[in-house]
Order: sequence, then structure tokens, then C-alpha cells
Amino acid sequence: MSDLIAQLTQRLGTHRVLTAREDILPYGFDGTATLKQLPACVAFPRDAADVSFALKLAGVSATPVVTRGSGTGLSGGSVPLAGSLVLCLVQMNRILEVDTANLTLRAEAGVITQKIYEAADAAGLFYPPDPGSMKISTIGGNVAENSGGLRGLKYGVTRDYVMGLEVVLADGSICWLGSKCVKDVAGYNLRDLFIGSEGTLGVVTQVLLKLLPRPAARQTLLAAFPSMEAAAETVSAIIAARIIPCTLEFIDQTTLRCVEDFAKVGLPRDAAAILLIETDGHPAAVADEAAQTESLCHHHGATSVRRAANATEATQLATARRSAFSALARLRPTTILEDVTVPRSELAGMIRAIGLIAQKHALTIATFGHFGDGNLHPTILTDERDHAEMHRVELAVAEIIAATLERGGTITGEHGVGLAKKPFLRAQLGDASFELLRLVKRALDPDGRLNPGKIFD
Amino acid sequence: MKSLSDLDYSVLQQCMHCGLCLPTCPTYEETQRERHSPRGRIALMRAIADGELAVSQSFGEEMYYCLGCLACTSACPAGVNYAELLETARAEVEQAGVLASPTRSLIRTLTLRVLFTRPRLLRAVGRLLWLWQASGLQALARRAGLMNLLPANLRRLEPQAPTILAKFSHQLIRPVESPASAPLNVGRSMLDVERYPSPAPASPRRVAVLTGCVQDLAFANINRATVDVLLANGCEVHTPPVQPCCGSLHAHNGDHASALALARRQLDLINPADFDAIISNAGGCGSHLRAYGHLLHDDPAYAAKAAAWSAKLRDIHEYLVEINFRAPTQPGGSNPPASGAVSAATATIAATTVTYHESCHLCHGQKVSAQPRAILRALPGVVLNECAESQWCCGSAGIYNITQPETAARLQERKVGHVRASGAQVVATANPGCHLQLQNGLAQSTGPVVTVTHPVILLAQAYAAEK
Ligand SMILES: Cc1cc2nc3c(=O)[nH]c(=O)nc-3n(C[C@H](O)[C@H](O)[C@H](O)COP(=O)(O)OP(=O)(O)OC[C@H]3O[C@@H](n4cnc5c(N)ncnc54)[C@H](O)[C@@H]3O)c2cc1C
Ligand code: SF4
Ligand code: SF4
Repeated sequence: MSDLIAQLTQRLGTHRVLTAREDILPYGFDGTATLKQLPACVAFPRDAADVSFALKLAGVSATPVVTRGSGTGLSGGSVPLAGSLVLCLVQMNRILEVDTANLTLRAEAGVITQKIYEAADAAGLFYPPDPGSMKISTIGGNVAENSGGLRGLKYGVTRDYVMGLEVVLADGSICWLGSKCVKDVAGYNLRDLFIGSEGTLGVVTQVLLKLLPRPAARQTLLAAFPSMEAAAETVSAIIAARIIPCTLEFIDQTTLRCVEDFAKVGLPRDAAAILLIETDGHPAAVADEAAQTESLCHHHGATSVRRAANATEATQLATARRSAFSALARLRPTTILEDVTVPRSELAGMIRAIGLIAQKHALTIATFGHFGDGNLHPTILTDERDHAEMHRVELAVAEIIAATLERGGTITGEHGVGLAKKPFLRAQLGDASFELLRLVKRALDPDGRLNPGKIFD
Repeated sequence: MKSLSDLDYSVLQQCMHCGLCLPTCPTYEETQRERHSPRGRIALMRAIADGELAVSQSFGEEMYYCLGCLACTSACPAGVNYAELLETARAEVEQAGVLASPTRSLIRTLTLRVLFTRPRLLRAVGRLLWLWQASGLQALARRAGLMNLLPANLRRLEPQAPTILAKFSHQLIRPVESPASAPLNVGRSMLDVERYPSPAPASPRRVAVLTGCVQDLAFANINRATVDVLLANGCEVHTPPVQPCCGSLHAHNGDHASALALARRQLDLINPADFDAIISNAGGCGSHLRAYGHLLHDDPAYAAKAAAWSAKLRDIHEYLVEINFRAPTQPGGSNPPASGAVSAATATIAATTVTYHESCHLCHGQKVSAQPRAILRALPGVVLNECAESQWCCGSAGIYNITQPETAARLQERKVGHVRASGAQVVATANPGCHLQLQNGLAQSTGPVVTVTHPVILLAQAYAAEK
């Protein structure tokens, strides 16, 4: 290990290799509650060659390597292992190319998602995936978790925009997967294997992203409902009416009050639930969809529907929604967030089930999420120092997961398995699929060097 | 005794490490290292409370590398009380003595314990500094290259020292002034309060004006203007001639005991029960003054009074908007915003473009952001040109420009760049530290003259022009 640190320091310089306790302590966790572990060293590579160099050294000294972006992950993916080397990619933050002829953008993996959006926007183009953390998450982290966002319903998730990747493998070899071609079936689609691989198969060092033309118009609506069911029915009605808004977000009363305390954007505090809806596209289509959506909301019992007056107000509302998870931390010291996703037809039933589980275990569970995607974030508000309550939290989590799987759902829609969801993966996948995953891992990383212990043991 | 482990653990635990504050933190942006981010600093503080880390020199340095700009508190959805965490951590650093050196201790004692606890002494020192600057000795010494004899760090500071005005607040403001009373004759910078068409409500609002320390020495004219605009809006204004330092400097620098003592003295001098509002016009002071209620919450003798004080404390802009201030009818007269050397030769402010730089402790510390703009927009003949990053720290940050000169200089340059890019002729700001930092930064950069002033100066001038 000391040899690894010495050689890394020689190559990268002392300011890119941290080992002092005060320096590395803040890399001991990510956005996930209750998980922490100190690494041995944190290094900041400048490019793929540095990453390759570090991985080869790690091979020699049998050091586990944990790749890290901004550490906003919500499943413990970038929480280090004891004695590990953390490769933090935030200094690989250059946007290398915006190709307006092919509508692509190439960037280093440490670029902040928001900067990708802005660079596309400046060229009149559009990069849709917008996770709640986009102001600070890295594009590499987005790829590694296959992150979703507020626009998933119409535009899909990160995977739908990745055309190519530069990846450094466990043995230090550097490969390009994918191309600028719209169609490309040369060999297996290994690019997709790395999307959502949570740093366990390779280190992503560059991404080639697909961009879209920027929609000409947008309209944001905020509808308040007297019950969660009414909001859920409205969502079904909107989709049944063949309207695909780009955003269809749900926030319950507990969450919306916390958000309003922080953002002060005039959310209706008395509503049992609100829907944040955005349509975009051709101005005429947007006007039409907005009008239809508004009347559907009223028809299903909305007590008020507010239209954002301008882009600033629309941004404010979206920003408020993005703060939902963090804002919930106002209520209790520990916020345990789930990421269950069910087929959309099961949403109302799933919401009811969560309510019953909360009651049964005497817990506060606030729920918000990407309703249009069937992706819910039931968030248990608790206190990690209260052991009795934490035990009830564990039971409740297991029951939420069971209720999800019963409905044909998945334990994680966008945050990944990491450490937090590891115990439930086999139950969802079944033995054969689970073993197939491990087979792939062994093939690419035979020594278990990369992010060991994440996704599965 | 104030320490991280004694702090209510929920304050430390409040941070759920989501990272949403990172992009707003100037020191994280500079280095992209977690320990230089709010989330990282809180993690270090928590490690100390948990006994996982000792209060080390490195920890101490980290706590002082933080600007204390509180941008992270505006960004934090979870409502983390970073201000209290930082004050506690710095107090702990001071108690542990991990940064102690003879020079540092001497400077701290001289400033925190001697100078900024004795308002009369501070004024006397200010007077000497004024003599030095006004007598031409300073210019002479600079020309003769005498400054090169100073040690490097003092040499760097010397040109940053505020230009002291000829008159301090108590020479410009009478202890009690009411809309009807005659003005004190203090010459050119005195605005004629007598002829204001004042709204004069049946029972005038009684307010107390806090004059500050640096504000009192370098910007007494801003204090005068503060009184003027309050008078013009029908307030009876009480301004005790000798006021103790509010203690913000002490609290922000880990001298908790002095901060407590000074807060008590302030409460002894000004009883909140006597006033409708207590007015501060400096972002940094106001932010701390508002926290008296919390600061003294477990002092049986002062808790109630301090709570009442906090409830009545208002930033001047906030108060003016709250009482629905009267919009002036005339563009500000030909009086230049006489607020220091740079502004001396500026022309009229009619049809002037103004930009607004937000003092961190006004916008992040006190959440007062719209009101100063409302005042600027109400000025006839003034166009408000927003500059980029108006809420990004200018690097002044209390005494940060003295303790961390490199980072402070980079922030200053960035700020000056945005101010110049806005094309404004005047930049308004409401904190003496920012004011000086902008003045120095603008003077050192090339480009057209940009005047630094305080929004109430512009408002007072516009009222004066109505006569
Ligand atoms: C407030 C908040 C809101 C959020 N909202 C959303 C949301 O709406 N949708 C959503 O999907 N997620 C959301 N997240 C989760 C999180 O932000 C995403 O998972 C994000 O993509 C993580 O990016 P990061 O740079 O912080 O990665 P990290 O947390 O540092 O890492 C995440 C995982 O990716 C791996 N990794 C990181 N970079 C690389 C790389 N270059 N190569 C290989 N592996 C890598 C790490 O090893 C780890 O397993 C939110 C998080 C927070 C705190
Ligand atoms: S201080 Fe607030 S915004 Fe920053 S990481 Fe902690 S909870 Fe998140
Ligand atoms: S106070 Fe300013 S410098 Fe300090 S952590 Fe917060 S944002 Fe960063």
C-alpha cells in the first residue's frame, strides 16, 4: 500500500493523492444514510492513463479500488472499503466536444451533469436526463447508476443518451465502446453492460452523449389534490388520454411541507398530494396538452391547478421538487430512502401498502417520486441512534420490498443496488439471473478489485 | 466553554450529506476537495464530536479556510445550521490552541480583546489612521517607498486599510432625531432633514440605529444616510453616540466569551422594549445581531430581552420595505455618493446604471435579497443591471482577506470582473467589508471608474434632491 501511495504521488503530485485523516475522512460516505468507512487513500486522476496506472498498481498490491464521482449516490455505491484506494474523478471535468452536425457531446466522466445540460443548451440542444442531484452529480456517476430524473416519462433515463464510453478495465486496459453512429451492431453491445454497473466492472473515463433539439415550448403545471388516491388516478387518466408529459412528479403532504419550508415557492401546504407536471414540444401541442391535463386534474378532484407564468417560475418549481429528499431531513435526524418501482397500473395499490406498513410499525414514511415512471421514494424518517426504532425500520423496509416484488416491481428504479439493496437482489432476480451477474463480474474483474462487495458479495 | 461534543447532536446530525451545497461553496469550487466543502467540514466536525478525530492543526486551518459566507445555508434543503456549527468549531479550535503562535495570539488579543471591545479606543485609533491618511503622510511614505520596510504581510495589507472619514457617526448624528427636528449642521455630507415632506404618522415609529465599528470609522456617512431615510419615512431615530461592538467579529473568530459579553452590553445600552425596531445597515453585523436570542438563550438574566431584541432586529432595507417606504420623486442630486476615495470624482447619478453585490451575511445570513433591489428600483433615474453571481462571496469575509490573502484575491478578482461586465457605473452593497473589498478591487483593476456605495446613500440623495 505504501508503495502504491508513493508511486501515485510521484505521478500525480502530492495535491492529487490524499492520505491524511482530515483529508480522507470526508470521502468516507456518500448520500446514503448510516453507511461510512474510511479509505486508505484518495487520488484524483487527470485522464484515462492515470486511471490505468492506478489500477495496475492496485493489481500489484491487491488493493480494492472504489470509483467516486461527487458522492451523491443513494445506495452506498461509492462508500469506500477499509484500506481501499478511492479514485475520485471530479477533476476530470472537461467537455471535449459539442458536435452540432451529429448532435453529440463528448465529455470526461467528472463533468457535472448540470454543465452538460448547459453546454447543450448553449448550442440550442437538449440533454434531458435531470436527476435531482444534477447540480453536483457527475456524468460518470449518472452512467454508473443509469440515473433517471424528472423527465424520465417522456425522455427515458441516462442509458437512452449514452452512445459511447471510454472505460478502463480492472487490468488497466483502456477501451472505447460504441460510436457516433446511430446504428452500430459490431459485436456485443458491451457499452450497455457498463451502464448501471456501479463501478464494479470498470472505470468510465469519457462519455459520448446523444443530444436532442431543444423543445420549442414548455409549460409547467402544479396541481393540488385532497387525497393521494386522487393524484394517482389523475396520473392514470393522463396516460390513458395518450398524453405523455415530460414530467409527472408526485409529492405527498409531509414532503411538500418540508419543501415549502425550504424553497418558499408557494406550494399549497394543505394539499394531501401535489403533482408537478410539465409538457414540452411544439408550442401548439404544448398548449393543447396543458389544457387537457388541466381539465383532467380538475375532473379528478384537484383543488387547484397553477400554471407557471414563465420559465423562471417553472425552474423554481422544478428546483423545489429536486430538493424533496434533502428537505425531508428537516424532520428527523436520519432519512432512509427507498427507490421501489412498480408497473404504473400498480401505483395506487403500492401507495396504500406503504401507508399500511408505516402504520403497522409506527413510523413516519413520506413519499414522493417519479409517478410517471412508477418510481416511488418512500422515505422513512427516523433516528439512527434509536435502536428500537431502527429495528422497526428494517422490518418496514423488508415489507416494502416484498410488496413491490409481489406487484412485479423492482427494488431499485434508479439509485442502484450498492450496499443498501444488496440483501434483496437475489429475491428479485432469482438464482439463475443472479449467478449470471456474478459470472459477468468474474469474467471482467477476476480478482474482485473493483468496488468489491457492491451489488453482491 | 463551547465545544462540538457539547453541541446538541441533532445540529451535527442534521446534515444528511446529499452534497447539494457543494456547487455554491467558493472554497470547494476552488479546490474540488471534500474537506473544503460544507459537507466535508461538517463531517470533520462530527468526527470530532464522535471522538474519531482530534482537534488538530489541520482541522483548525480548515475551519479558518472556510469563508463563513453561509452560501451553503441558502443551498441546504435540510436546514443545517452551519453558522452555529462553524462558530462552535472555531471556538473549539481556539480553546485547543492548535493554531496558536505568538504573533497570532498578539494580533487576536489586540483586535478581539482590546480594540473591538472598546469603542472609544477604536475611534481614537481610527482618528490616528485618519491623520495618517488625510495629512498626506501616507502618500508621502508610499512615494518614498517606505512601505517596503514593512514586513511583507503588512505591506500587502496597508493599501487595503479603509480610508477613514473625517467625521464619525456621533459627530454626524444626534442621539435622538425626529422628522420635525432641525438637523445638526455637519456640512456638505449632511442632508437637510427639515424640509422633507414626511408622512408623519399619528404616533411615529421609534427606531434605534446601530452604527457598527468599521461602518462608524470608514462609512459614518452611511450611518447618517440611514438616519436620514428613516426620518424621511416618519421614524423617530435614536442613535446612542457610543455603542459597543456587536461581537460578530468575536463570534466568527471563536471568541465566544467576548461575544457573550458584548451582546450583554449591547442589550444594556438599548432596550428592545423601547423601540419598534432596531436597525442595522451592515450585513455582517445584522446577521450576528439577529442571533442574540439564540446566543443568550440559556442566560437567565438576558434570555427574554435577547429574544425580544432578535424579534425586533431589522436590516435597514428590510425595514424600509416593511414600512412601505416612500418612493422618491426626484433622481438623486449632483451629490456624488461620497463614500471613499474612489468615488470622489464621480458625476451625477441621474440615469445611472447600478448593479447590486449581495453581502453574504445579508443574503445568506439574513435572507434579505429582494428588499435592497426594491429600493434601488424605486430610485428615479436608476437602472438596475444585475451582475452575474451577485450572491458569490467577494472574498472580504470578515478578516478573511487578511488571513487567506490568495483565495480572497481570487474571489475579489472574480467579483470585480462580474461587476465590470455588468456595465454599471455604480455598484451598491450593504456591508463595510464588501464595500472596501470592492473599492480596492476596482481600484486595482483597469477600466472605467465604478463607484461603490450603499443603497441607502442613493436613497437619501434622491430624497434630498426633492427639496
Ligand atoms: C438530493 C439527491 C437527489 C437525487 N436525485 C436523483 C434522481 O432524481 N434520479 C437518480 O437516478 N438519482 C438521484 N440521486 C442519486 C445520485 O445523485 C445519482 O446516483 C448520481 O448519478 C450519482 O452521481 P455521483 O457523481 O455523485 O456518483 P457517486 O455517488 O460518487 O457514485 C455512484 C456510483 O457510481 C460509481 N461511479 C461513479 N463514477 C464512476 C465512473 N466514472 N466510472 C465507474 N463508476 C463510477 C461509484 O463507484 C458508485 O458505485 C439523487 C441524490 C441526491 C443526494
Ligand atoms: S449541508 Fe445540507 S446541502 Fe450540504 S450536504 Fe449537508 S444536508 Fe446536504
Ligand atoms: S460558509 Fe461559505 S466557504 Fe464555508 S462551507 Fe459554507 S459555502 Fe463554503
